[in-house]
Amino acid sequence: MGSDTIIEVSDLTKSYRDFLAVNHINFEVKRGEIFGFLGPNGAGKTTTIKMLTGLIQPTEGTATIRGKDIRTQIVEIKKTIGVVTEDSNLYDELSVFDNLRFVGQLYGVSQLDREKRIGELLKRFDLESKREAKFATLSKGMKRKVTIAAALIHSPQVVFLDEPTTGLDVLSARILRAMIKELKALGVTVFLTTHYIEEAELLCDRVAILVKGTIKTVDTPGNLIATTSSKNLEEAFIEITGLKEEIMLVEKEGKR
Amino acid sequence: MFKEEVKGSLYIALKDLKMYYFKPPNLSWGIMFPIVMALAFILRNPSGVKDLASGLIAMSILFAATSAEAIVIVFERRTKTFERLLLAPLSLQAILFGKVIGGVIFGFLMSSIFLIGSVIFLGVPFSNILFLLASLVLSAFVFAAFGTLVSVAVKEIFDAMTLANFFRFPMIFLCGVFIPVSALPSFLHPLAYALPLTYSVDLIRFFITESYDLVHPVICMVVLIFYSIVLFYLSVWVLKRRIEQ
Repeated sequence: MGSDTIIEVSDLTKSYRDFLAVNHINFEVKRGEIFGFLGPNGAGKTTTIKMLTGLIQPTEGTATIRGKDIRTQIVEIKKTIGVVTEDSNLYDELSVFDNLRFVGQLYGVSQLDREKRIGELLKRFDLESKREAKFATLSKGMKRKVTIAAALIHSPQVVFLDEPTTGLDVLSARILRAMIKELKALGVTVFLTTHYIEEAELLCDRVAILVKGTIKTVDTPGNLIATTSSKNLEEAFIEITGLKEEIMLVEKEGKR
Repeated sequence: MFKEEVKGSLYIALKDLKMYYFKPPNLSWGIMFPIVMALAFILRNPSGVKDLASGLIAMSILFAATSAEAIVIVFERRTKTFERLLLAPLSLQAILFGKVIGGVIFGFLMSSIFLIGSVIFLGVPFSNILFLLASLVLSAFVFAAFGTLVSVAVKEIFDAMTLANFFRFPMIFLCGVFIPVSALPSFLHPLAYALPLTYSVDLIRFFITESYDLVHPVICMVVLIFYSIVLFYLSVWVLKRRIEQ
């Protein structure tokens, strides 16, 4: 593992009875990069994130985050990572402030630092006017912002974002992308899964393409476009994932 | 590390108390249900108030500690907020301990209300207040751990209520709450001995009447500690399996 490697995944595998969700995958994520984890539905992206963040145990293989093993040192790892899952998993009944305070408490952030950090995050995410609003009353975009703020409350060094812009309007998605870039500027490593390939092309330093639990390739968007002689990352993605024939078939059916 | 885990557990408990416990439906289960049941028996036999007090207090702990506890995790798993706890730098034991402590605090508070009410309004005497309060806490832990086990074992809130009531209601009649276990038909005794409420009632009775129906208070305490440990670790084990499914 190089000194600039922050996540190292070795033969990571997850199976559920007869179903192999993730099949012996290997890749590395470098410190401070935005790493895109792309793949069609059911490719195993969320399962991989769940393993890396300690929500589920791998069946085989392992991974290290900042040199710590996810199998044996997951509590230590969790202190330095922030996770934004597909769902905004905060408490509807609590206010924005109470939600952030509770998450800060769970991460052991001292009261003084917590109050200061919440203030900073509310300001950064333009949520100061919603401080006392119940989470349930917020729009989807605002909920997403609060969820991301909650993931940053303990100033993590690695942030996992699972489909962060899904279901957001154009403006909210743009703001979120700007925030992701800002995280990188702050030296935070970002592990991002998204269905929006153009989003990955805009944001990611490197991407891994996962198909049916197996990694097809890991490279920079530029290299992937060049090696597949594509116009953009979406075309390259379609080529690499083998979706081209399926799409052609769908288009043919549509013309009938 | 241990300190951080305990702190995390307490924050979870405080959040649960605020969000789920001090809410009207839960208060009605914790207060109204035991009162109504007790009144029915007091009206039938007014002279047996002193004997009934221990059962009433134990029943209030059972219902207060389990009513929200049995559904909290099911609810949070459905709303995905339980995932928030699983992502925190806490062990599964610390998370579930926090959940149990919420039930323990609420169960203890509710039973304390019944204890004070019994003393003031029914003239029920008691001895050794510290041991009595310890018995309430111990009983609350057993029932909160039972509620947690129910909550991790099922997927739907309706199933949680059904499963909790499947054990709670028979316990009221089998464990000496209204009828001493010694007065039950002998074929029911093994069942009574297998249920934790029996030991809870007998333990509390000892500090009120200075006598016990079935089991010496020290043995009651040992049995309740045993149930606490078994139910708690069974919950951890079941939850681990559920997460992996």
